[in-house]
Amino acid sequence: MELTGAEIAIKCLQEEGVDCVFGYPGGAVLFIYDALFNQDKVKHILVRHEQAAVHAADGYSRSTDKVGVALVTSGPGLTNAVTGIATAYMDSIPMVIISGQVPTSYIGEDAFQEVDAVGITRPCVKHNFLVKDVKDLATTLKKAFYLAKSGRPGPVLVDIPKDVSNQKVEFSYPSSITIRSYNPEKNGDVSQIKRAAQLLIEAKRPMIYAGGGVILADASKQLTDLVRLLDAPCTNTLMGLGGYPATDKQFVGMLGMHGTYEANMGMQNCDVLLAVGTRFDDRVIGNVAHFGSVPRKIIHIDIDPASISKRVKVDVPIVGDVASVLGDLLAVLHSSKQKPDAEALASWWKQINEWRSRNSLSYKNSTETIKPQYVIEKLYEITHGEAFVTSDVGQHQMWAAQYYKFTQPRRWINSGGLGTMGFGLPAAMGVQLAHPDAAVACVTGEGSIQMNIQELSTCKQFRLPIKVIALNNRYLGMVRQWQEFFHGNRYSESYMDALPDFVKLAEAYGHVGIRVDKPSDVEGALREAFERKNDLVFLDFQTDPTENVFPMVPGGKGLSEVILAEDL
Amino acid sequence: MRHIISLLMENEAGALSRVAGLFSARGYNIESLTVAPTEDPTLSRMTIVTNGSEAIIEQIQKQLNKLIEVVAVIDLSEGDHLERELMLVKLRAQGEAREELKRMADIFRGRIIDVSDKTYTIELTGTGSKLDSFLHAIDRNLILETVRTGSSGIGRGDRILKL
Repeated sequence: MELTGAEIAIKCLQEEGVDCVFGYPGGAVLFIYDALFNQDKVKHILVRHEQAAVHAADGYSRSTDKVGVALVTSGPGLTNAVTGIATAYMDSIPMVIISGQVPTSYIGEDAFQEVDAVGITRPCVKHNFLVKDVKDLATTLKKAFYLAKSGRPGPVLVDIPKDVSNQKVEFSYPSSITIRSYNPEKNGDVSQIKRAAQLLIEAKRPMIYAGGGVILADASKQLTDLVRLLDAPCTNTLMGLGGYPATDKQFVGMLGMHGTYEANMGMQNCDVLLAVGTRFDDRVIGNVAHFGSVPRKIIHIDIDPASISKRVKVDVPIVGDVASVLGDLLAVLHSSKQKPDAEALASWWKQINEWRSRNSLSYKNSTETIKPQYVIEKLYEITHGEAFVTSDVGQHQMWAAQYYKFTQPRRWINSGGLGTMGFGLPAAMGVQLAHPDAAVACVTGEGSIQMNIQELSTCKQFRLPIKVIALNNRYLGMVRQWQEFFHGNRYSESYMDALPDFVKLAEAYGHVGIRVDKPSDVEGALREAFERKNDLVFLDFQTDPTENVFPMVPGGKGLSEVILAEDL
Repeated sequence: MRHIISLLMENEAGALSRVAGLFSARGYNIESLTVAPTEDPTLSRMTIVTNGSEAIIEQIQKQLNKLIEVVAVIDLSEGDHLERELMLVKLRAQGEAREELKRMADIFRGRIIDVSDKTYTIELTGTGSKLDSFLHAIDRNLILETVRTGSSGIGRGDRILKL
């Protein structure tokens, strides 16, 4: 049957099993919106800003294992989407972004709402396409979904000129696709896996450091089995939280700039380090020379060969799908006659427990002012650790990561790589749409929330009962903290004057707002919010403006050069 | 260290800008870059001359491989290879210099491909350093214009980069 490009685009989404698209209409995508109008399989979520469309598709993807889809118009529609695309790219989130483009005959003429979408997004997509011929549209969309999801996942942009969306062609959707220049490895090299197993079994002080790759590959079970089999301590990166249950005794907390003392000391003192689905990021290992200054063997499992030996030279590189490699590694270990060295492990755990006893996440609670850490602890209790928690970027993000103990993957949703303020609320929309009955909390600050506050309107339209947990300290808290530590208390532009009344603001959008000033009211307010199953509740917690995030490894320092709260 | 990297990529619009963009975004050097379609019109062959530590060269190759349209990458300088560059030089060729330039062109196995009463245009191929030597060997004041292609490279013997 002959279909228009616009109809083909929607058909392709249906074929891919897409049930939800986040977008915003405009001139160049009018035909596509027309095709959307005439069907009911793909639901469209109308956001209030294109950045939010992409973040929402991103949150949708992170909380499921599906490809997120966003639809934006040409020019400003696309440029508004770029922050969202870059956010997804940095965290390897599978997404397809469809953007409208001016008609092919106008391209290059500086037409109204024309922008070089492929050029602008090139550095922040896994791949992108400009579809110049409607005959190529179905195949291109098939490729886009395949690329987004396979190998190291990432966002893929498909730019469709307006005339292409209106031309007709016979439609057939390819059932599978191969790209001769793209063949990601699935299975790890057997001999390397055997070497890794040998190193791990002989280790006296093993350490397992797992990142977002474990979540993306749905490899939590394999990771958990491996950690238990080896009786090794396990740490998660910010992106990896929930990949290993945080309540387990072998979990030593998050590592990195705001990681626990025991996780960072473990990283620096182990003799064999197994890095899984992670990339030795600067916020994770600190100063690279300091990190490399101690002898240890490093095994690195990652789907992306370019992530291996990029910042840190490794001894055993294993390229492959994390779930597959961990499965093979477990099989080798199970069949081995050797067992982990129980005596060595006992003394290693003794050392770790000594570091743990420093209790690096302790903070002094108050009956006068609300401590942000306390809010997160109560949030954890009241939601039984089972909520989906999205966050924005800053101090509140770190506190959420530190004090909410994630026991399942895909529950903690934040912008780790790009650090995008404004991510939390739209991401929560995507999560809530994917999980209509689940408790979804957006932990945010008064700075971040204002970067996409307009989405409260989308939440109203689609009845998304998100709980916004705003830790309002009147400061851009993380900026303030760095200014306190490294810039002589000169709080240059980090205080926000003239903040809105968030309660009234929430009400203006048709939601419930609650302001909480006293520590004794925190628990009650949270309970009330989560009991209101059908309402979006905006909780404005007036928190202690002087509170800092500890522990802290200052930028450029090594993991053991940490500042603890007790040091100050 | 100087490295010469060869790659095969899909002959598609925008593929070159992905490679060029990768080098600038990640701060890698490009000394020269040449590209043209191969005997298979769906593929382009590119030669990139770059420099950097072993770790950087390894990253360059991995990052190039990661580009979806790149089919194959090799570091030619890891083994025996040949390298050639084409240069066209327009020289002021009058009076005594006219004979002298003809002789120099012969010594360097260049060919005079255009002649006017005041100029010669010489075509010269060779390694980059041979072309440099030619330019050093002649009077600098006689050089009116030069254009160079940058190096193209190919492996010796059985070293073959093919799909």
